[in-house]
Amino acid sequence: MSHDADAPRRKALKQTAALSAAAALPLGFPAIVRAQSDVIRLGHLTPRTGFLGQAGEQGFRGAMLAVEEANAAGGVLGRKLELIAEDSVNPATAVNKAQKLIERDKVVCLIGEVSSASALAIGEQALRHKTPFFNTGSNSDALRGQNCNRYMFHIEGSNTMYTKTIGTWQKDNNLIKGARWYFLTADYAFGHDLYRVSSRFLQENGGVVLANDMVPTNTADYSSYILKIRSLKPDYIYLNLAGVDQTTFLKQYREYSLMIPLTGGVMDTVGFWAAGLDNISGVWQSLWYHGIRNPAAQAFTKRFFDRFKLPPENQAWGDYMGVHIVLQALAETGRMDAASVILYLEKGAGFDLLKDRKGTFRPWDHQLLQEMYVVKVKDKAQSKDKWDIFDVVEAVPGAKESLEAIQPTHAENPCRLA
Amino acid sequence: MPLVPELVLEQVINGLLVGSFYIILSLGLSLIFSLGGVVNLAHGAFYAVGAYLAYEVQQRAGFLGATVVSPAAVALIGILIERLLLSRLYGKDPALGLLFTFGLALTAEQSLRMIWGTTGLPFSIPDALRGQLIVGDFIYSYYRLTILAVATAAVIGCWLLLNKTAFGLVVRAGVRDAEMVRALGISLNPALAAIFALGVGLAALAGVMSAPLAGVQPAMGNEILTATFVVVVIGGLGSFWGVVIAGLLVGVVRGLTVYFYPPAAEASMYLLMVLVLLFRPRGLMGERFEKFE
Repeated sequence: MSHDADAPRRKALKQTAALSAAAALPLGFPAIVRAQSDVIRLGHLTPRTGFLGQAGEQGFRGAMLAVEEANAAGGVLGRKLELIAEDSVNPATAVNKAQKLIERDKVVCLIGEVSSASALAIGEQALRHKTPFFNTGSNSDALRGQNCNRYMFHIEGSNTMYTKTIGTWQKDNNLIKGARWYFLTADYAFGHDLYRVSSRFLQENGGVVLANDMVPTNTADYSSYILKIRSLKPDYIYLNLAGVDQTTFLKQYREYSLMIPLTGGVMDTVGFWAAGLDNISGVWQSLWYHGIRNPAAQAFTKRFFDRFKLPPENQAWGDYMGVHIVLQALAETGRMDAASVILYLEKGAGFDLLKDRKGTFRPWDHQLLQEMYVVKVKDKAQSKDKWDIFDVVEAVPGAKESLEAIQPTHAENPCRLA
Repeated sequence: MPLVPELVLEQVINGLLVGSFYIILSLGLSLIFSLGGVVNLAHGAFYAVGAYLAYEVQQRAGFLGATVVSPAAVALIGILIERLLLSRLYGKDPALGLLFTFGLALTAEQSLRMIWGTTGLPFSIPDALRGQLIVGDFIYSYYRLTILAVATAAVIGCWLLLNKTAFGLVVRAGVRDAEMVRALGISLNPALAAIFALGVGLAALAGVMSAPLAGVQPAMGNEILTATFVVVVIGGLGSFWGVVIAGLLVGVVRGLTVYFYPPAAEASMYLLMVLVLLFRPRGLMGERFEKFE
């Protein structure tokens, strides 16, 4: 028998290694509930598996609760609602699923997404099919900037909003001027964008960028980075990581007990929960946190907890608000066509966001103007349960300031929709 | 980063520590493939199940208890799966084993989601293993040194089992020529079941060790699977020491890439695989066994 004639098994193994590298293995399981033709269909599209899957799943729960509550209250315009949910593991899948939701399921709009790279792709589909897309979890400024379009609306905060929220607090506490910052940045659309805006903000306010390392997503081991940080001796570490990567870094950073304070350009509560109170520290920013003292927020937290046995966090809030904003637009205009909905949103309709101040969409870039929060990691002794990890320090912008204070300015944002 | 010899050396040593984790992870995959010819795509799933079981056991019997109980429980699950299902596929088209384990991986991941939820579970380094050893200017976390010790014990244990016992003799003979072993009147079935159990038990052990570092979440198995395959391919099929050397090599190459050019950190191991296969198509230590050709 010739040894080199063919090598099925060896070949099979190599092919497997190559295949599993190229194609992320998890497959989506669409949750399809077929229904009568007189229902109003909403398309929900977000990563439910992969490194952003935990946030995506929370978002799905938020959207589901909002639809259930609306149906229990009789639906909208006398019709019931149906949520058709799909898993967008990566940008290519996101495009396919967006087309499927629009063309086959005839949804009135798309809601969701956590990955900025996928959101860019969905935004193009929204424009092509003239179907509104409500971005509830993608932070990249480019989505509201050079890639903005009339069919995209942004409930999630932009990278600039996150940066300026924590930045305002840091500036007020005199932490930026002259300080040397080390950046650790996720190596994809979101991270690149966040590094651009966060390093600019810090430098404008007198901070020094010591180094920036671009980290591939889904990195399992940060010890090499932590050794590097130790030798560089920065004053602060600025974390621009997302999803599972945020959790992994936090845990391993704690492992080495370095004393350099941590902060960052984004904070997703679900990643901090997964790290656990033992492993987190520092002062961060949040789009919404279940500990804010607002009666509507508390009531929402209770309803969500009763339904899913854990509190909502920023992503569950985002998708819950996404459905609410759509329903308000449908109810107020009495129409379902995209043009009427867009006009309504651009005319400055106000929305109750389960925060102290109401929100409106900025007409020229479609960003939802809203408060954000500075949060501080709690003392373990004062934590009531494993989800109680932050004290809310303050709302930003402050009560007397304009909500525009944390937004990218006209000069910083090239988008001109109005 | 500029080339500072001490810092580079620090990364090399750290890379060896990281590599020891890759060894625990990949050794089982290599053993299962060598003997049964099964490309176990569910290896990551067993790793994840190991971590989740550890999460449960740790709350009742501490981390040490988890390190013992969880791999043992996974090995038991492994025996059941091997005897009841996988054994039917031996000697058939390799694609069947591939599809079976692929399906198993998907089922396992969804089951983890259904039982423990989609959000990650907090799992911290046990207090006894917290802290760092500082030697001169270098820093080592006690926990990583623990992983090194566990990996060393696993390597020595497996080596003794394979080279100093009658069971090991059957396994090694089976790796070389299963038909001849059967012709001599020795049944390979117990060895196949035992090696599968050992292999997935090692995967579970890797899951337990990684839980405090990388967290416990449903996608964790899928995330490490590719790296595991890469280590086995670099080391060479059927080679015990190949896996050990490849694991360490991948750890060091990755660490150095982080130091000099972090964006390529995850790609570095694939580049290493390409280079090794170009010059040694059977991997670093791969031998020319008829059954693999």
